[in-house]
Amino acid sequence: MIGLPHYLTISAMLFVLSIVGIVINRRNLILLLMCIELMLLAVNFNFIAFSRYLGDDTGQVFVFFILTVAAAEAAIGLAILVVLFRNRRSINVQELNEMKG
Amino acid sequence: MFLSVLFYFIAAVLMAAALGVIFSRNPVHSVMFLVLAFFQSALLWLLAEAEFLAIVLVLVYVGAVMVLFLFVVMMLDINVETVHRNLTRYAPIALAVALLMAIEMVQLIWMRGRVDEPAVAFAAYPEGYSNTKALGSVLYTEHVYAFEIAAVILLLAIVAAITLTMRRRPGLKVQDISSQVAVRSKDRLRVIKMDAEKPQ
Repeated sequence: MIGLPHYLTISAMLFVLSIVGIVINRRNLILLLMCIELMLLAVNFNFIAFSRYLGDDTGQVFVFFILTVAAAEAAIGLAILVVLFRNRRSINVQELNEMKG
Repeated sequence: MFLSVLFYFIAAVLMAAALGVIFSRNPVHSVMFLVLAFFQSALLWLLAEAEFLAIVLVLVYVGAVMVLFLFVVMMLDINVETVHRNLTRYAPIALAVALLMAIEMVQLIWMRGRVDEPAVAFAAYPEGYSNTKALGSVLYTEHVYAFEIAAVILLLAIVAAITLTMRRRPGLKVQDISSQVAVRSKDRLRVIKMDAEKPQ
């Protein structure tokens, strides 16, 4: 039967995949934002699985808030991206080294 | 049994879509794979009987956020990498660490599952249970402050996105509404007293 460990496994694999995506990608800043979205999706999987496992709806309310904040974050992130592209004509991650961080 | 097969199929498509997001060269393909991944996640949430969130995921993410991503990809005019994708020199060690993390996490999850109890299905909801109703009854009572803060966060996102991307182009001809409204007739029209005809 499909239960908690299956969902947790999916969540773990999604999370690791998005980490891989963030680390190996050096070209495109949009891809970084998309990987962050995938990571949040993995977290949401955990919340839903545990909410169903424990029979507590609060976990699903948490997912609701995470979705809200993720949408806001995507909007602001894309706005920053557009401004960055307007100023530098590039969203290459390797060229973003002005702050020497 | 049928549900298990369905679960594994959807999960496989989800993983393939996530791989596609990471490894496709064209950003538009990445966005499309991400749409597929969100859709498969919504299906998995439906299988877990979290109907409201599944529909919200499709409506909000596939319908709004991913369209936003597509718009930005379309507007930015990034040249698609036709050359060989250059991976960083950290790529091998990153892949190794990620693989290790995945193996450890999965192993731990399944170990816990085996020790406590075999993997049992989620407890079925009683007859006539409405997921949306249950969520609403918790959301608007216990978590109402968090709900209002979420609304403020969305407002903040609107304001931030607009102020970040708004710009004034130099040399653009625009109306100055306030000075147009503030104008009086005596500023524009001058009445002069003069004779109707020249004195002879």
